[in-house]
Amino acid sequence: MNFEEHAAKSLVLNAAGIPVPRGILCISDAEVAMAAAKIGPCVVKAQVPVGKRGKAGGIKLAASPDEAKKVARQILGMRIGDYLVERVLVEEQAKIEQEFYAAVLHDVTARKPLLLFSTEGGMDIEEIAAEKPAAIRRLLVDIDVHPSPAAIADMLKGLNLGGAEAQVALILGQLYAAFRTHDAELLEINPLALLADGRVVALDCKFVLDDAAIYRQAEIAKGGAAGAMTALEKRGAEAGLKLIQLDGNVGVLANGAGLTMTTMDVIRHFGGRPANFLEIGGEAYTKSEIALDLVLSNPGVKSLVINFCGAFARTDVMADGVVKAWAKLKPKVPVFFSIHGTGEEEAVRLVRSELGIEPYDFMEDAIQAAVKAAQ
Amino acid sequence: MIVRRKDRVIVLGITGKQGTFWTEKMIAYGTNVVAGINPKRAGETHVGVPIFATTAEAVTAAGGDVGVMFIPPPMAKDAAVSAAEAGIKTLVVLTEHIPAQDVMAMHAAAARHGTRIVGPNTAGLVTPGECFVGIMPAFVPSVFKPGRIGVISRSGSLGTLVCLNLTRAGIGQSAFIGIGGDPMLGTTTRDALEALDKDAGTDAIVIVGEIGGGMEENAAEYAKKMNKPMVAFIAGAAAPPGKKMGHAGAIVTGNAGSYASKRQALEAAGVVVVDTPSQIAPAVATGLQAGRGGTKAAVSQ
Repeated sequence: MNFEEHAAKSLVLNAAGIPVPRGILCISDAEVAMAAAKIGPCVVKAQVPVGKRGKAGGIKLAASPDEAKKVARQILGMRIGDYLVERVLVEEQAKIEQEFYAAVLHDVTARKPLLLFSTEGGMDIEEIAAEKPAAIRRLLVDIDVHPSPAAIADMLKGLNLGGAEAQVALILGQLYAAFRTHDAELLEINPLALLADGRVVALDCKFVLDDAAIYRQAEIAKGGAAGAMTALEKRGAEAGLKLIQLDGNVGVLANGAGLTMTTMDVIRHFGGRPANFLEIGGEAYTKSEIALDLVLSNPGVKSLVINFCGAFARTDVMADGVVKAWAKLKPKVPVFFSIHGTGEEEAVRLVRSELGIEPYDFMEDAIQAAVKAAQ
Repeated sequence: MIVRRKDRVIVLGITGKQGTFWTEKMIAYGTNVVAGINPKRAGETHVGVPIFATTAEAVTAAGGDVGVMFIPPPMAKDAAVSAAEAGIKTLVVLTEHIPAQDVMAMHAAAARHGTRIVGPNTAGLVTPGECFVGIMPAFVPSVFKPGRIGVISRSGSLGTLVCLNLTRAGIGQSAFIGIGGDPMLGTTTRDALEALDKDAGTDAIVIVGEIGGGMEENAAEYAKKMNKPMVAFIAGAAAPPGKKMGHAGAIVTGNAGSYASKRQALEAAGVVVVDTPSQIAPAVATGLQAGRGGTKAAVSQ
């Protein structure tokens, strides 16, 4: 789950004791003018959970309330990536001396948290890694122990941070603690700025909450950004199903992430275009009834592949759901089946007797037929 | 990580609906299930298996080489850590959606105690004709058949399809190793490849990979040194970038974890990479006939 900058700052950084600039969240140009009157010279920042907001024209400086109102009119309502800008954060302008980068994330190879720091802040970490790899300091952390002050001091050794070093060390420790407290997948401050007055302040913040931990981060999750979902994807999410709507015309209903991806790949292999990714694997295999409804509700679908290969997921249960949904939905597009694995005999019997359709022996043949039918 | 009939298996979460269903299947197939864990029902017997309050007690009383977890995400970390502390050598973690920081704690405990974790989010391990641990349809004769081909898969559903295709082509399997769909796995593609390379009962290996992460690239490094024929299929060629394709591990960000990078690395290591699952069995057959160098030539013709 992604968070907008204002939410990451107020919910995570503030709570952790990490300093951020004074700021006010606004939803209209009038509010922005009032906020600017309180704050003084300010920066108006589009609140959307994607990067490169500055390059997209979503971050602008303003010297007066009038100017703030003017830039707010430009920013509010613009689109950045998949998102419409509905809120802006009005923050005090900072006199920046130097920009740093600080983050904690998952090192999936080491299977440990990784604390990162660089004196080359302001640009993407990928850019820093490509251009100045030596400028990135890394500390792999033992998940059961908070990083020691000595380990953090060692990480910062030789960077000549001067008077800022103690503040940076404190912030890195606080950042790691917040990463643990809030089940972060990524917690990044970029830039972490040394200001002209000697303070070190987080000017931007990116927080990604581990989706698997939302059940125990319920309070903070309320502040998460709504994903850029289509109406159909929202319906899927409400039913507890992960649906990704694509621009193709061959609908996909398969069990398990691996088999579903493969079905999409084979559609592409035969020159077709998949209309969706939809997973009904794991415990969700009992939801084939609503799943069929979702896939057929996609207006782009011209044919449908139903590809079941049961391991944990029982194909007879999935086929039963399909048969039930079929009676209500009466699909108008041709449907092509391939069914194997756990519960296969009963599933095939159901599809034959209730729907009068003969499943294909190989998924490739079912998919090829579906691609042809969609053309 | 190849399970054997002599391995004593402890089922954590044996009394739940899935724990019960799959324990019965495992026992019927020949798996040596010696104990189940449920603190509230210690002293009882469930599906013929004695129940203990903790994994440590079960290990003391009944022994235990392999643990398998039918435990929901919120309790998974504690169950795994206590299994590692109890001295379980191989722990099969079926649970999906365990918070990532809990997974890190599980791996840290496993490293401290010398436990090999398989998973999380794996469908388990199958040694056809001998035993299985997990949630794979080992007992469906159209899917699995004893033989000499090792199969490594991140996905249970796709792994099932691949074994089914091999069996239909008359090619049996020496072992199925489900490594799991999570981003942080205890057993990587490379670990599984190494085990099958050293296994005298395995003549050739099928790798069923997925986009995301760097495991296939890492396995390719090891594959360079191998002599057994290898065939790979990587799922996710048509997946849009930046979207998680069901498995938390299956996401392409930038160039990392892309289909092209995996295919290139595997092919450079002499692995035959096929486009669709049904091409796997013929490629394996050709590879077995021709030896490793011949597989590639035969498939590219």
